[in-house]
Amino acid sequence: MEELSAAIAVFDSGVRLSVPLLFACLAGLWSERSGVVDIGLEGKLLAAAFAAAAAAHATGSAWTGLGAGVLASLGFALVHGFAAIAQRGNQIVSGVAVNMLAAGLTALVGNAWYGQGGRTPALEGAARFEPITLPGAEAARGIPALGPLYADVLSGHTVLVYAAVLATLLTAATLKRTRFGLRIRAVGENPAAVDTAGVSVPALRYAAVLIAGVLCGFGGAYLSLAQAAGFLPQMTAGKGFIALAALIFAKWRAWPALGACFLFGLLDAISIRLQGVSMPGIGLVPVQAIQALPYALTVVLLAGFIGRAIPPRASGLPYVKER
Amino acid sequence: MSAPIEMRRWADYVLVPALAVAAAFVVAGLVVLAIGENPLEATALLLRGALGTGEGVGFTLYYATNFIFTGLAVAVAFHAGLFNIGGEGQATLGGLGAALACLHLDFLPGWLLVPLGALGAALFGALWALVPGYLQARRGSHIVITTIMFNMLASALLVYLLVNVMGKPGSMQPETPTFASAAHVPFAHEVLARLGVTVPTTPLNASFLLALACCYGVWLLIWRTRLGYAIRTVGANPAAAAYAGIPISRVTIVAMMISGALAGLLAVNEVMGVQERLLLEFTGGYGFIGIAVALMGRSHPVGIVLASLLFGVLYQGGTELAFDKPTITRDMIVTISGLAILFAGALDGLFRAPLGRFFAARRKAGG
Repeated sequence: MEELSAAIAVFDSGVRLSVPLLFACLAGLWSERSGVVDIGLEGKLLAAAFAAAAAAHATGSAWTGLGAGVLASLGFALVHGFAAIAQRGNQIVSGVAVNMLAAGLTALVGNAWYGQGGRTPALEGAARFEPITLPGAEAARGIPALGPLYADVLSGHTVLVYAAVLATLLTAATLKRTRFGLRIRAVGENPAAVDTAGVSVPALRYAAVLIAGVLCGFGGAYLSLAQAAGFLPQMTAGKGFIALAALIFAKWRAWPALGACFLFGLLDAISIRLQGVSMPGIGLVPVQAIQALPYALTVVLLAGFIGRAIPPRASGLPYVKER
Repeated sequence: MSAPIEMRRWADYVLVPALAVAAAFVVAGLVVLAIGENPLEATALLLRGALGTGEGVGFTLYYATNFIFTGLAVAVAFHAGLFNIGGEGQATLGGLGAALACLHLDFLPGWLLVPLGALGAALFGALWALVPGYLQARRGSHIVITTIMFNMLASALLVYLLVNVMGKPGSMQPETPTFASAAHVPFAHEVLARLGVTVPTTPLNASFLLALACCYGVWLLIWRTRLGYAIRTVGANPAAAAYAGIPISRVTIVAMMISGALAGLLAVNEVMGVQERLLLEFTGGYGFIGIAVALMGRSHPVGIVLASLLFGVLYQGGTELAFDKPTITRDMIVTISGLAILFAGALDGLFRAPLGRFFAARRKAGG
């Protein structure tokens, strides 16, 4: 029974840890499916986390915080979009710039405003997103195995966790079933064909990049308003890059992205759980090995030794209209 | 718009980067203004802190050493058409290589141990770049993603090794024991004192000369050797390179290894020169700023030295500035680097297009 409750605790924390990954991963999915490579996910998450914490602190409302986070992330998305789409600049360079700018600006402004080494003051009450209990969670707790699973793993999260699942559903449905989604996919594979059909390539790509901005805004706000109680400098700690890895793992598809992010979140939860634990036969568990697993798996996958991850054909290539 | 923008070489190599840097500083000045400080006063304090004293100059050159190494690393890869974001990871492994040599060969005399340490740094850096290079060349895995992943893997590896394997016995700090005194890289103030010149004590050490030698070496390699020609051809036009019989995948792998070796040499300055032990996060983001350095220096060693000096001034001056003006922390430097990368790398069309029109108009008027 103890193993079961330990497993449920790990699964529960795996869900929590995978949510920011999922938002960022879906953001990357939209952007790259439209042909704009985005390695600036990390920076957008960070900017959103800071703006969300600052706004929530000022107004005492988590929802205002979320709005501010989305706006900050959108600002960086616009910079990236302008560089990548309008200026046909190097998308990798622009992504690196977004990451550095966000890292520098958040810490600088945070320190100038609050004087706490870049941190925002701790948030409490309505300035944070509180967990919500799904209907019947308490009643279901009595059912063996499934009851605690429902009550502890599925229920009891903040609204943003369920929003992440909804975002996955919407992403999958939009890309697969709507005209807009088809055009986004087309513009990432063969922009010239879309252009020939009389549809604006820049408009589609801007739309995708802005959707990515909104999603990163949600992910960042989750970090500072739900997972933690405020902003810490560099609090994203490479989550944007793990999301990138998850995106490749999911082969640029929405539901597999959810799976990959949950897997990586679970690995993170396991490594936290096993910190300092001695296992028979292994000794002290090398938690760094578990933390490194997402990156190692991604490299193996990219190398094509198991399966093959093929990106959208036109991703990373600026589109030049007349030739 | 799709036609290449033609302009004089000096404009392309000097004017465009200069305008990009100017734009970065203007935006940075606005940020300073927004947090309630005077940008001109901040600039004056920054310059005085970096160049006003002998100590400041020494620190500036010490920081510049790091940027030369990582800037050259990014530049060599650029010439081969590769984007090596893995400087951080390669430098981390360079530190490991240097530390292994310094800790395990400590019975050797200094004149042998220090070069071997540097060799270890270069070798480990090169090997860490070999894998992404190989995967790009032979398996088509995108080098940007693999080098990002290798940065993460390198930092996890270093934590593991320092905590579990190489850490100083009996210490909770994740760092190795201090290297033997034979592994000491001479400081500038020590060498100059022996020559009878007294300069302030700074971390500036012989690695600076190594960095300058690497600049010359890279210039020689890229513009004066067969391999350099092959690297530039592969970077400029892979199809032409294949047609000319250049083995593209071998050139790709070799270019990445040279790039990784240069990044690894950062450890000679930081680990062997200053810290004299291996510790966590000694790379301090220098690998990423190397991207800004290479972009601003237009991947030419002379430009890289100039850009490195600029970032050296920013680092040292920024540290001094943070003392005087606690609101302007060293994060300002990261911000300026980000802006420089943005303007010099991704938005250079903003300056290039009007300049191209200007020169075209002048040519028309003249002829």
